[in-house]
Amino acid sequence: MASESHVELNEVVRQYDGPPAIQALGPIDLVIDRGEFFSIVGPSGCGKSTLLDVVCGLAQPTSGSVRFEGKELCAEVPEGVGVVFQEDSSMPWLSVRQNVAFGLRTSGLSKKQVTERVDHAVGFMGLAQFADHYPAQLSGGMRQRVCIARTLVLRPRLILLDEPFGALDQQTRLLMGDELLRLWRETGATVLLITHALDEAAMLSDRVGVMSARPGRFIDMIETGWPRDRDSRVVSDREFGALTARLWSSLREESLKAMGRAA
Amino acid sequence: MKRRHAIVFVRIAVLAGSIIFLEVCCRAGIIDPLTVIPPSEMFASMIDRVGSGEMNASIMSTFSTIVFAFVLAIGFGILAGALIHRSPRLRDVVDPLLASYYSVPTFIFYPLLVALLGLGKAPLVVLGVLSAAPAVMISTLSGLDGISPVLIKLARVHRLSPARTFSWIVLPAALPRLFTGLKLALSYALIGVIAGEFILSGTGLGYDISFAYQSFDNRAMYGTMLFVLSIAVISNGFLYAWEGRLARRRSRG
Repeated sequence: MASESHVELNEVVRQYDGPPAIQALGPIDLVIDRGEFFSIVGPSGCGKSTLLDVVCGLAQPTSGSVRFEGKELCAEVPEGVGVVFQEDSSMPWLSVRQNVAFGLRTSGLSKKQVTERVDHAVGFMGLAQFADHYPAQLSGGMRQRVCIARTLVLRPRLILLDEPFGALDQQTRLLMGDELLRLWRETGATVLLITHALDEAAMLSDRVGVMSARPGRFIDMIETGWPRDRDSRVVSDREFGALTARLWSSLREESLKAMGRAA
Repeated sequence: MKRRHAIVFVRIAVLAGSIIFLEVCCRAGIIDPLTVIPPSEMFASMIDRVGSGEMNASIMSTFSTIVFAFVLAIGFGILAGALIHRSPRLRDVVDPLLASYYSVPTFIFYPLLVALLGLGKAPLVVLGVLSAAPAVMISTLSGLDGISPVLIKLARVHRLSPARTFSWIVLPAALPRLFTGLKLALSYALIGVIAGEFILSGTGLGYDISFAYQSFDNRAMYGTMLFVLSIAVISNGFLYAWEGRLARRRSRG
């Protein structure tokens, strides 16, 4: 089956006004295919999160264009895009169920449809027992699952994740990675994951883009070659070590630059 | 016994002990009854005065003024706080003024307010608003400052209108800090209005206390004082309980 582009970035540059003006990003050209799991790794401060903001319409590029499903973005998040942030964005005044249903308040769906979708998303993320709990009663990992479930109920065609597992321990991250892969397979959505964890990118992705130190540009693009029904057990595959090694060799010099040290 | 219940129990015990101590001192003549009457007599006086209906006009006058001032202070305080929050330059100008506002005795403006607004409720309402609104403004600023930026991003991701962003995200997120301002505003509105009546007005509970004081009618004075005190404690206790309920829901863990 021929691949179909879902997200396209053309010569995207993002600059912050000064003084002094800072070019945070670009120029970047990127095409993400429909249904692809694409990850971005890069040194701290290279503009990964800025790129995510630009892709979802939260920030406008200073120059260049971003297209989602063929339409150019214009300063607002288009319908069909779901975002999971690095920070805990659960709302402490709402229960888990109410948090998950939040995005459907303006959907126009019937109460029954909302309940069905919420129950499915809550169950899918393993939160059924905690549906009436409040975020303060949950662990950090569970709260992040609430945020993912809140995105999932919207049935987005493009899911953007900004270091969603950054605050979690290694075991939880692996298990959350499995859940994310399961979600990706079942929804058929396109996924763009921003991460600083090379192993996470190597395990989860179809393709990984490596960014340079600021201003962030892609300096390497690596196809992982994993089957679609993969899970966290790929970390014991010999190829996994080779992939992470290649990611690190691409990234090492840029990370040193970002730290202000020569290679 | 839960810790919360134990605290309430001790609080009530301390209050009851103080009342009993005052009662004993008054009855035993340790405290001159021309200065302070026993609490039981204060209570009896309050019941008599409320029951007879002689305080009805004053109660209506004072509490309608307080409620009006409180509601205006909330509206004005939240609006002004939100506007100041949106403008960093205005914030720079206003912040030190707000910080030192309560060092100004607003009662001194009462004669000016009477000159501008005439006799009647208007100067008392303005006095109540002047006392209460800054507390709401300060707590609104604090509440808005405390909202996590990621929640504002979330509103944009969900393509919420400004009105929905305010009612669904900003207001509930800022509510815990805003509540502190509401509690203070109620107290300040009550103090502002009653003190205004006490010093310069010719109506209301504050005036009743002042009149009884000048007439050496201790029974009426303490009965009215106890009534005002009871209403202040009950209304603040109601807000306090509501706030506690919200806070417990957010911090259950």
